[in-house]
Amino acid sequence: MKPQPTHIFQKDTSNCGLTGFVSKKGKRVEGAVIIKSISLMHDRGNGLGGGFGAYGIYPDYSDFYAFHLMYENAMAQQLTEEYLEANFHIEQQEDIPTRRTRAIANPPVFKRYFVAPLETDEYREAVEYQGMTDEDLIVRHVMAVNHEIDGAFVVSSGKNMGAFKGVGFPEDIAEFFRLEEYSGHIWTAHNRFPTNTPGWWGGAHPFTLLDWSIVHNGEISSYGINKRYLEMYGYLCTMLTDTEVVAYMLDLLIRKHGLSPELACTALAPPFWSLIDQLPDNERELCTAIRQVYGSALLNGPFAILFASNKGLIGLNDRVKLRPLVCAEHEDFVYMASEESAIREICPNPSRIWAPRGGEPVIAMVEGNA
Amino acid sequence: MKIDAQGIYYRDLNLKIREAVAAGATRIELDNVNGQYFIGDGINKPVTITINGVPGNDLAAFMNGATIIVKENAQDNIGNTMNAGKVIVHGHAGDVLGYGMRGGRLHIKKDVGYRVGIHMKSYQENKPVLVAGGMAGDFFGEYMAGGVLVLLGMFSDEPAKAKHGYLFGTGMHGGVIYVRGGVDESRLAKEVGVFELDEDDRSDLDGYVREYCRDFDLDAKEVLKERFVKVLPRSKRPYGNMYCPMPR
Repeated sequence: MKPQPTHIFQKDTSNCGLTGFVSKKGKRVEGAVIIKSISLMHDRGNGLGGGFGAYGIYPDYSDFYAFHLMYENAMAQQLTEEYLEANFHIEQQEDIPTRRTRAIANPPVFKRYFVAPLETDEYREAVEYQGMTDEDLIVRHVMAVNHEIDGAFVVSSGKNMGAFKGVGFPEDIAEFFRLEEYSGHIWTAHNRFPTNTPGWWGGAHPFTLLDWSIVHNGEISSYGINKRYLEMYGYLCTMLTDTEVVAYMLDLLIRKHGLSPELACTALAPPFWSLIDQLPDNERELCTAIRQVYGSALLNGPFAILFASNKGLIGLNDRVKLRPLVCAEHEDFVYMASEESAIREICPNPSRIWAPRGGEPVIAMVEGNA
Repeated sequence: MKIDAQGIYYRDLNLKIREAVAAGATRIELDNVNGQYFIGDGINKPVTITINGVPGNDLAAFMNGATIIVKENAQDNIGNTMNAGKVIVHGHAGDVLGYGMRGGRLHIKKDVGYRVGIHMKSYQENKPVLVAGGMAGDFFGEYMAGGVLVLLGMFSDEPAKAKHGYLFGTGMHGGVIYVRGGVDESRLAKEVGVFELDEDDRSDLDGYVREYCRDFDLDAKEVLKERFVKVLPRSKRPYGNMYCPMPR
C-alpha cells in the first residue's frame, strides 16, 4: 500500500478583518459602501462570523434606546417582551427586516424595540436613592436579559444606532439583514476567524453596550483579569468571547469614570514601564497613575480594535502592533481598516494614508464632540 | 502582456500570472490591482511584473529571481523567505517585510512598518538587502541573523515621525544595519551597538544605495553625502544564557 499523506488540506490564511469610517460632518452614507470595503477582505474570515455597527440609522427614533434582540427560542422572546413591557415604554416594536438567503442557515429571530425607561417604583428607587442614571439602568437591564433569560441576547442597546451580526461571511450577513437599506454617518464592519471561542450568532462582532460598539482583530489574553474587574462594577460577561470585555471596559472608563477617550486608550494599552521612565515628569506621573489605578483594565495580547459611539470612531492597536491597522483621511471622512486596499476600495485616493503606532489611538470625532 | 485585475479573485489572478510566466512572458503589467494576496509567490523565472494599484499581503513570498515593481503603496509581509529577485515599491509598505529573507532585494521608497527585516539571514553569496527610504516602525531588524538593512529616513509622507521606532535590533545576532544620519540610541535594543563604517562598509553601502537610487531615479550623491552609522549585534547568541547558563 502506498503511504498516505497524514493530512490533505488547503491552509487557511485567515486572521479576522475589520474596517470602519466616520463622516466628521455627520453625512449619512448607505450600507453598500461598508459592505464593499469589508467584502474585499473576505479571506480574512472563514464564514463563522460577520457583523456591522451602524450609527445615525434611526433618526425618527433618536430619543429612544434602540434594542436589537436576538432570540433562540419562543420562550426567550415571551420572557424578554414581558420584561421590557414591565420596565419600558415601548414606542415602536418590529421584526428586524431580514432576507432569506442560501448562505445563512438556521438564523435566530431578530426583533427591535425603541424604548424609554418607565417610571416604575424600581426606577424611582434607583434614580432617587442609588444615584443611577437612565444609562446605568439600561446597562442593568441589558445584563439582566443576557444573564437571566435563556436564549435571549441584546445585540445592541444604544440610541440611533444598531448592531447587525451573525454566523456567516460579512457580505452574507449584510444581505441577510438588508443592510443596503440603511444609511449612517459611522459604520464599522468585522469579518471573523474565531480561534479560541465558538463561532455563534452572539459571538460575532461588534460587541456593544449602550451606543458603544467594538470590532476586534486579535485575542485578549488578559480576559480573565478584565472580566473579574468588570464584574465588581456589575458587568456580566455572557457572550463567550474575549472582545466583550472591551465594550464594557470603555463604558466603565469613559462613561462612568469620566476618562477622556485618549486616557481610556492609555489605560487599555499603556506604555511599557521602561518607556514611562523616559517621559517628562508630568507625563510620567500621569502614565504611572493610570497603570496603577487601571492595571486590571490593561488589555494584554495582540489586538487592533475599532470602537465607535454616536460621537465618533477610534482605532487602537496593542503596544507592539501585533495586528494590522491602517488609517486614511479624505475630506471630512476618516477611514480605518486592517488593510489599505479595503480603504482604497471605497476611497481610491485619500489625501493622507498612514499606519498608526502601536498603543497610539486614532481619534476621529464627529464635529461638536471634540 | 497586460492583465486587468479589476475585481479578480486573488487565486484566479495568480493563476493567470503563472500561466503567463509558464508561457514565457518576460514582462507582465497588472492594472487595477487592489488587495489581491500572494502576487509573485514562488515565481522562479526572471520575469518583470509591474503592479498598478495596491497589492495585497504576502507579495513575493518564496520568490526566486523575478522582479516586481509596485507603482503604489504595498501592504504587509512582502518577500517572506524570498530567495532571489527584487521588489521595488514606489510608495510606503507595511509590517514584517523580508521575513526570513535569504537573498534578493527589497527597495521601498517611503515608510516601512513594524518588524522590518525580521530574521533575515545570509549564507555565503546569498545576501538579502532591504533598503527603506522613509521612516521605520518598532523592532527594525528584529532577530536578524544575516543580510543587510539600510534605513534612509528621507522620503516620507509623515515627515514629523521619528526616523525609527523603539526596540531597534531586538534579538539581532547577525547581519548589519546602516542608518543615514545616525540612530536614536535610547531606542536601541540592548543586543546591538553603534559603530563607524569602515572602507568595506562604505564600498558595500555605495553599491546598495546606487542601485536603490537607479530604481527610483534619485540622486545617489545626495543620499550618500550624509554620514551613515552601522548597527551590529553585540553577540552571536544573545539568548544563549536565557534559560540556563551554557558552556562556553
